[in-house]
Amino acid sequence: MKLSDINVGEIVKVKNNTAQDSLKERFLALGLTKGADVEVLRKGPKNNLTVYRIRGAMIALRNEESRLIEVY
Amino acid sequence: MGLTAQSVKIESLKDIYEISKNEEQHVVALAGNPNTGKSTVFNYLTGLNQHTGNWPGKTVVSARGEFKYNNREYILVDLPGSYSLFTASKDEEVSRDFLCYGNYDAVVVVADATCLERNLNLVFQISQITNKLVLCINLIDEARKKNIVIDKEGLEKELNIPIVLTAARNGEGMEELKKKIEETALNEDERDESCILYFQQDSEKREKITEYNYNYAKELKGKYVKEDIKKLNRDKKIDDIVTSKIFGIPLMLSLLGLIFWITIQGANYPSQILSNILFGFHEKLNNFFVLLNVDNFIRGVLLDGVYLGLAWVVSVMLPPMAIFFPLFTLLEDLGYLPRVAFNLDHLFKKAGAHGKMCLSMCMGFGCNAAGVIGCRIIDSPRERLIAIVTNNLVPCNGRFPLIIVLSAAFFAYSGSLIDSIIPAISITILVLLGVFATLTVSFILSRTILKGVPSTFTLELPPYRAPQVGRIVYTSIIDRTIFVLFRAVVVAAPAGAITWLLANIYVGDASILVHMANFLDPLGKVIGLDGFILIAFIAGFPANEIVIPVLLMAYMSTGTLTDFESTESLRQILISYGWTPLTALNVMLFSLLHWPCSTTLWTIKKETGSLKWTFAAFLIPTTIAFGVCFITATIARLF
Repeated sequence: MKLSDINVGEIVKVKNNTAQDSLKERFLALGLTKGADVEVLRKGPKNNLTVYRIRGAMIALRNEESRLIEVY
Repeated sequence: MGLTAQSVKIESLKDIYEISKNEEQHVVALAGNPNTGKSTVFNYLTGLNQHTGNWPGKTVVSARGEFKYNNREYILVDLPGSYSLFTASKDEEVSRDFLCYGNYDAVVVVADATCLERNLNLVFQISQITNKLVLCINLIDEARKKNIVIDKEGLEKELNIPIVLTAARNGEGMEELKKKIEETALNEDERDESCILYFQQDSEKREKITEYNYNYAKELKGKYVKEDIKKLNRDKKIDDIVTSKIFGIPLMLSLLGLIFWITIQGANYPSQILSNILFGFHEKLNNFFVLLNVDNFIRGVLLDGVYLGLAWVVSVMLPPMAIFFPLFTLLEDLGYLPRVAFNLDHLFKKAGAHGKMCLSMCMGFGCNAAGVIGCRIIDSPRERLIAIVTNNLVPCNGRFPLIIVLSAAFFAYSGSLIDSIIPAISITILVLLGVFATLTVSFILSRTILKGVPSTFTLELPPYRAPQVGRIVYTSIIDRTIFVLFRAVVVAAPAGAITWLLANIYVGDASILVHMANFLDPLGKVIGLDGFILIAFIAGFPANEIVIPVLLMAYMSTGTLTDFESTESLRQILISYGWTPLTALNVMLFSLLHWPCSTTLWTIKKETGSLKWTFAAFLIPTTIAFGVCFITATIARLF
């Protein structure tokens, strides 16, 4: 499953980070490593951005980015 | 070892990151994630002894400051906020290279007590470089409010580095921090010279290391940090409203309107007092000069030119700035601005611009030159250019007093309470118009000369924090007052003198000013303005604050009026020079949309390094200003 498909309120674990280059590094820096817990907190206007709780911080990602994270 | 490419590179990096100091001084680096209150720590330690510049050859800000402790002198180097030293952004590269090659004696890593797990990753990375590390766990007051308890001793023992719990904004723990800095700086240095290799490993290894670091961070958090789930959800509840699909945008607009309303209401009274004092003094000075038998011409330049120019800027422009600025800083301190970026991101994405452009636009409210520098938060060069070129379409502090004064004078002059809301609403609408223009220009640019798809971005929504109202109000009022007074002396005084001279030196049957105004008048009339207004806007090139003062001076020099008492008298003056509500509207529009001031243009040249883009940043808004005013004037003529 992709992180972008997860519904608000659910908590999932990161399986794989399929982003490339600097985005991949940024994801890792924010703590989206294998096995990390991610809670889906809220969708923003037009469902464009979604807020996730990652390692205790609230991070907003666009669908284009969050679908690069595989979760289980 | 020979002169290899690697060793040459290292030597040159050592040059860049060599902080010049004398023998008794110690260099301390300040590192940390964004939003950890790192700059508060920096400000607390250095006070007013700080200066900012750029790292040699880089467009990354370098802030430095000095402080003394136990008779030892320290140079504090504020590194750009970074999540990790593995990533490739310019900011993070500077932090990494400084930590590897810089001549520091200690590193303080500032971490957010409410988000320790994420912050520890950077701590682990830096501990690979040096053992001269102090961990400053900041925002401990916020953590306490959320019932987060950190076992400092346990963590200290486990990590084997000194830890200080601080709340920099009220000074808690700061003496202990200085003490730990001293102890660490005096320790023997055990820097790993080849540490850069650690950061240049291949992507797969770096992923493994990060994974390991974060697992360890999570384990430490489990062992030494106690959280209260109920309190943890406080921010979530606030965000449910602030960033909700339904309330998010209306709430944002109401907040903006409310800020403008407070600004207008609050500025009224001090404006009146200041103008009474300053203009009253003008009369006394005048009498005094007459008594001394000073030449009429000199008296005119000094009193009616320089003095009135200063008086207008101070009494009309200063109060709204001194009120708006702290209010806006309050929102910033609260953590609201990233939420604005969150709510508006879909619009910026459609326009082909970067989501963080919203933040540089917010900075533009304070000052467009600051906003242009703020565009550095955008990594992609294409999107950064879009943000820089369009920043001026947000009205800065120097421009909206003009908008406030004119809308109060022309659209709300009866003085009732309902009328006081009208200027606030009209400014909000104008700001929205500016945002609309920004998005339109971005849209066109990103589909023509700056083609490309929006780049990826991650936006952190930092925890809400109680702002320190007293300190913000105090420092930003002082800040604004000094800034405006400085501009008044440097720009308004000479502009006043020149305007007076132009208005009083006659060539043929009219003054030079009238000749110039007559020349520009046809162009002005086409866009619903007049020659004098255009002259005032041209005179306002060094600083937008002086547009209204120069305009009034220009008008009055051709008539007999010399005083500015209230918005009502302003209205009467302007009407007597042929103004209609349309003129007022177009002056407001022109002010919102016209060319950037000279400081902003100079900053754009510095930031883009390109004359072409600087020219574009001048031409694009100017074209829009003429275009929009032409349209409104033409529509008005049709009816």
